[in-house]
Amino acid sequence: MRAMVYRGPYKIRVEEKDIPRIEHPNDAIVRVTRAAICGSDLHLYHGMMPDTRVGMTFGHEFIGVVHEVGPSVENLKPGDRVMVPFNIYCGTCYFCAKGLYSNCHNVNPNATAVGGIYGYSHTCGGYDGGQAEFVRVPLADVGPSIIPEWLHEDDALLMTDALSTGYFGAQLGDIVEGDTVVVLGAGPVGLFAARSSWLMGAGRVIVVDHLDYRLEKAREFAFAETISFTEVDDIVVELKKQTFGLGADVVIDAVGAEADGNLLQHISAAKLKLQGGSPVALNWAIDGVRKGGTVSVIGAYGPLFSAVKFGDAMNKGLTLRMNQAPVKRQWPRLLEHIAAGRISPRDIITHRIPLEHIAEGYHLFSAKLDNCIKTVITTGE
Amino acid sequence: MPYDARAHTRPSSDELRARIPGWGADLDPADRPSVPRERTDLVTGAHWDIPENQPELQPRERSIEHERLTPVFGTVAPLHGPSGAIRRFAYERFSEARAAHWLLLVLGDRVDAIGSHVSSVRQGRPDNMIAESGVLGERRYHPIASRFGRGRADLKHIWLDPLVFAGPVLVVGLMLVLRRPRGR
Repeated sequence: MRAMVYRGPYKIRVEEKDIPRIEHPNDAIVRVTRAAICGSDLHLYHGMMPDTRVGMTFGHEFIGVVHEVGPSVENLKPGDRVMVPFNIYCGTCYFCAKGLYSNCHNVNPNATAVGGIYGYSHTCGGYDGGQAEFVRVPLADVGPSIIPEWLHEDDALLMTDALSTGYFGAQLGDIVEGDTVVVLGAGPVGLFAARSSWLMGAGRVIVVDHLDYRLEKAREFAFAETISFTEVDDIVVELKKQTFGLGADVVIDAVGAEADGNLLQHISAAKLKLQGGSPVALNWAIDGVRKGGTVSVIGAYGPLFSAVKFGDAMNKGLTLRMNQAPVKRQWPRLLEHIAAGRISPRDIITHRIPLEHIAEGYHLFSAKLDNCIKTVITTGE
Repeated sequence: MPYDARAHTRPSSDELRARIPGWGADLDPADRPSVPRERTDLVTGAHWDIPENQPELQPRERSIEHERLTPVFGTVAPLHGPSGAIRRFAYERFSEARAAHWLLLVLGDRVDAIGSHVSSVRQGRPDNMIAESGVLGERRYHPIASRFGRGRADLKHIWLDPLVFAGPVLVVGLMLVLRRPRGR
């Protein structure tokens, strides 16, 4: 089969790999029909996630058709069209039993601090991802769901991570009616978090980024006010000005490890890999939120330490909430929102690129060319 | 303006409901699927207490914070060569709480990348660095208009990207040069 393969920082290619085989009785093999490049894939692509091995196939946002199932699979059969959450999880461990699917303890031998994620380094379990023609889907009775007939495949694809994570991030904010919500980052997850904040009853939604075309999308798609942090002297002061000197009720960090806005922080984290991530957005969140407010973190950070302004967080009495999204928990309600026309996820897709040209897709997304927001990878279905 | 306790001026809920599709649909926390965070009434589809053990066909590294190998695991790119030795040492010696664990894994990544480039040269199929970088797509994606005159903050460090990209290649080149006997 053809598959995207990592060759080192900023280097990927498509090559022939063996079609994955059933390795566990509850495995399924899925023929991928559509995949996406996620902003967090760029952390791998840039060499930021420890134990990213040459030869790995990335891709944790994908949908497809069941090709083969293991002997203990009961809920799926070959031919089923499925969407697969980016979390790999068992459904019964101490954490899964509490609904913390992204924190499963039974699927990642390499680390206890994170669960299993498709195509996201050995730190997340050493599983190949879906930017390929086929992918192994472990514990197939738990993760994948059959795609409803009425659901557009692009919407199904975006439910596997970006939409679910953005929606989850708004929930982490514990938004109450009339709250002012600031979303840092106008990438796909930030756009969905902003749009979801309205569902929770926000009174104002302000999106911060430095890319003009993404801020335009935030105004159009998420009905948000926008601020370019490059056009103000100090974004925290600007956020205070916007909120009567108090700060926002809720700030959502939808940026994560490669945040811009402070050159030293960015270089030490993203280039020299001396931090788990550039904490610029997180520090802006801590300083930009009001006392007693809530910071929601859905941007991805690496496992190394980061220079976070924890003293300010303590002195302001903040609530810091974060996690990888337990994706499948979001699906029933998100399907209701899509069916009711409250959100059209596929409106954020800007590019479609064949798997054979995926290296160009990564470069396009990484360099933010051609007003790129979300890239879908097609596999010649 | 004094810092008083009055509610801030914001659009009314009726105004927002009329303007924003779905405004307030999840106003009631009971409609939010991740509230409360921990729930024990969810149906997962699992029909086991503990998943069956996946066969361990070759020794699988694991965090020393795990009491045992997890029942399910990935099998991509098993440990091999010098990078494998570094990674194995990181897993066997240091917990996830230790910076040495992660810094050794990052070192293993760089050694892996360099080793792969050396192997590709030895096998007569060197990496096509230009194609693998994806820069050939630039011509279709408005490289100038996308980057300049738009207030992008990342332009301040974009010059570093080629160094990160070419670092392993430069190391391999240096190794090849240093291997040559003097006087040739």
